Amino acid sequence: MYSIVSIISAWAIPVMIVFIPLFAAYRKVPVYESFVDGAKEGFDTAIKIIPHLVGMMVAISVFRASGAMDMLIGWMRPFFESMGIPTEVLPLAILRPITGAGSLAFTTDLIQQFGPDSMIGRIASTVQGSTDTTLYVITVYFGAIGIRKAGYALKVGLISDLVGFIASIFICYLVFA
Amino acid sequence: MVNWIWLFFIVAGFVVAAATGNVEAVTQAAFDGAKSGVTVCFGLISILVFWLGMMRIAEDAGLLSKLAVLLRPLVRFLFPGVPKNHPAIGYIMSNMSANILGLGNAATPMGIKAMQELQKLNANKETASPAMCTLLALNTSSITLIPTTLIAIRMNYNSVNPAEIVGTTLIATAISTAAAILVDRWYRKRSSLSGS
Repeated sequence: MYSIVSIISAWAIPVMIVFIPLFAAYRKVPVYESFVDGAKEGFDTAIKIIPHLVGMMVAISVFRASGAMDMLIGWMRPFFESMGIPTEVLPLAILRPITGAGSLAFTTDLIQQFGPDSMIGRIASTVQGSTDTTLYVITVYFGAIGIRKAGYALKVGLISDLVGFIASIFICYLVFA
Repeated sequence: MVNWIWLFFIVAGFVVAAATGNVEAVTQAAFDGAKSGVTVCFGLISILVFWLGMMRIAEDAGLLSKLAVLLRPLVRFLFPGVPKNHPAIGYIMSNMSANILGLGNAATPMGIKAMQELQKLNANKETASPAMCTLLALNTSSITLIPTTLIAIRMNYNSVNPAEIVGTTLIATAISTAAAILVDRWYRKRSSLSGS
């Protein structure tokens, strides 16, 4: 299963890069001109995101470096302990929605410390793979089009992260225990 | 809500740092954060420029509208407000496919493009439309088929079976995506009832 899937992911992009222009040329599209036209938008979009991302990264960085995040995790510990969730993976629940790089670093650390085939290693891998950096996704997507009021999008994202976190733990115990 | 979280991060960070006698850390952290924000954006430039170029070719060739026709039933269910043949649908589909294949780099530009198309349909340009919230929900709950990065890390630390988490990840993703769609529906209904 994994080998098939990994072959697909290795081939997907190269095939697209060849197929799209070939098909377009067959349809008599001036491929290079089209590419440049579309590509121009990419630069503007990236520049538009800078203020949003800088703002968010500053806040997250201050929150983490000050020790406030560790404190928050400390407060939540008893609650999670009472639910039978290994407290080692707890920081992931808080890190994951706010920082992709940070949570990946934390997961790597857990895998290194407890081993990839330990329950904690499996849970951390599953959590990392099944949830996303909600705050980053919102910042980039809404920043690019100038949306100021995110509506209920953030709540939906955070709830689905929490559901993903709990589901990961539950499924890992079900499958690997 | 983003406003409050942002304010909370900064204020809580300052208060804790001050209380623990670590106030200089705030300065350093603020500049580090700003720097990484710009670094990430510059990293995005190459990907965005390249993929939006590719996507324009696909659009001009009529590929995106083909994709939209193929997956119409699913999109009609998830995005009831978007007109049948609107270009947004093609971009939404490409964004979802890229996510499912684990091609995060390709997914972001397509998601942004989809958002830009949805913005054209949006009556109030400063507030996210329900369709935008749904697209965001799909992206933040991260539909993943192969968690490539994780498998690589597990290999690196000599896992006996690095890919054994593919199944658990798939199920957890399916559950969180289903939850995201349900919660999104619930909010959508509630906000339309309150007449906003």
